[in-house]
Amino acid sequence: MTDEKNSSVSMEMRISKLRNGAVIDHLRPGTAMKAIQVLGVTDGSTLSIGMFLDSKKMGRKDLIKIENRTLTAKEINKIAVLSPEATLCNIRDYKVVQKTKAHLPREIPVIVRCNNPKCITNHEKVGTLFVVVEDNPLKLRCRYCERAMSGDEIELI
Amino acid sequence: MAANQDKYFRKFQGADVISIRDFSEQEILFVLDYASRFEAASAPVLQGKILATLFYEPSTRTRLSFESAMIGLGGSVMGFTDAAVSSAAKGESVRDTAKMIEGYADVMVIRHPLEGSARAAAEGAEIPVINGGDGANQHPTQTFLDLYTILKNKQTLRGLNVGFLGDLKYGRTVHSLAEALSHFDCRMYFIAPEMLRMPAHILSELDQHGITYSETENLYEVSRELDILYVTRIQKERFPDPLDYEKVKNVYILNEKLLEHVKSDLKILHPLPRVNEIDPALDAYPQAEYFQQSKNGVTVRKALLSLVLGVHL
Repeated sequence: MTDEKNSSVSMEMRISKLRNGAVIDHLRPGTAMKAIQVLGVTDGSTLSIGMFLDSKKMGRKDLIKIENRTLTAKEINKIAVLSPEATLCNIRDYKVVQKTKAHLPREIPVIVRCNNPKCITNHEKVGTLFVVVEDNPLKLRCRYCERAMSGDEIELI
Repeated sequence: MAANQDKYFRKFQGADVISIRDFSEQEILFVLDYASRFEAASAPVLQGKILATLFYEPSTRTRLSFESAMIGLGGSVMGFTDAAVSSAAKGESVRDTAKMIEGYADVMVIRHPLEGSARAAAEGAEIPVINGGDGANQHPTQTFLDLYTILKNKQTLRGLNVGFLGDLKYGRTVHSLAEALSHFDCRMYFIAPEMLRMPAHILSELDQHGITYSETENLYEVSRELDILYVTRIQKERFPDPLDYEKVKNVYILNEKLLEHVKSDLKILHPLPRVNEIDPALDAYPQAEYFQQSKNGVTVRKALLSLVLGVHL
């Protein structure tokens, strides 16, 4: 049995199997809470969260199960900046009815903070908007002050 | 050309001028070509139009040349030159101010210390917004007039050897001009003290465009190669530590001696104001192009006002 399977078994012990809802898998370790915030799934849906789980592919990963709510591909794309490898499975009656990977959109609204202290977005109520300049490694450019950011400079709001 | 011209007229009508990055090589060349019409001829094509000038920071050249351009084309100007007397002092956002101005004017130019402020203003207003400088970020009409001056003197923007001298770290004009010239395959020479070198992010963008450049602290090492020498003031107000400013403030002072080490058709540009980086004795030489460059600002701003208001010469 592989590590991944071991991990799945132990996961099932910890988190019950989902009948209807969505599973967000392959989140980078430590990003689950932020992903919940970015996705806005704080509306009362029952969530099960696994963090720092063993993963053969990623070493460690986070995972989120959302009960009785599915997500769209567009929604999952919102967390690509956080976890480019994230996957989404929508489940109905215990069966996967849709499987998709996160894709980085060309523009990222609101969720990233501009690290330029003189940027207008840090002084007035102007929602941030970043243009993706490069996917890998990720490089973003603020639409307002035009400052480019990459690596650790990219901070989510 | 006529069909192309109509295409660009349509594109610019009602458009904002926020960043030189927003313009393609063809659009830049169109603006420069169109601006040449305003060199000799002038007509009151903007009669009845109002330009609002929102200057949250001091400015002499930019504000006055916009006013001169607008008045020269028959339009009127209103505005403020001090944030302390504007609604900003009461806490009004740039977006709200822009939205309000929309009801009073046909076009606005904004200078503001915060970077991205012009973009935010443009999102707030339906009328065209022109960026007159947003902090250390962009000053696109300065870049257009710099390019216009180079084109006018060299009849091309392509393949020139361009030197940038002075404060390359904080100077927004050099950043924007280098980015704009990267469309035209120019060879660039960056001449600055270690403390004021061109920022890595600008060099990285030039790398992406395949631009050849070199960095040196010694002007005389490269001066004979240059077709254009773009000089900037070392800006005291940008230095967090006054001691650092004292170390570099007089590091380059151009005087008549320079002329022995340059091509005879070199043109020296400077966005002005100068402090002491160019000896006034140089002003009389044909290489000194900076006052004409400043005058070109009116020509180029006339063209941009005409284009965004959709009333053509």
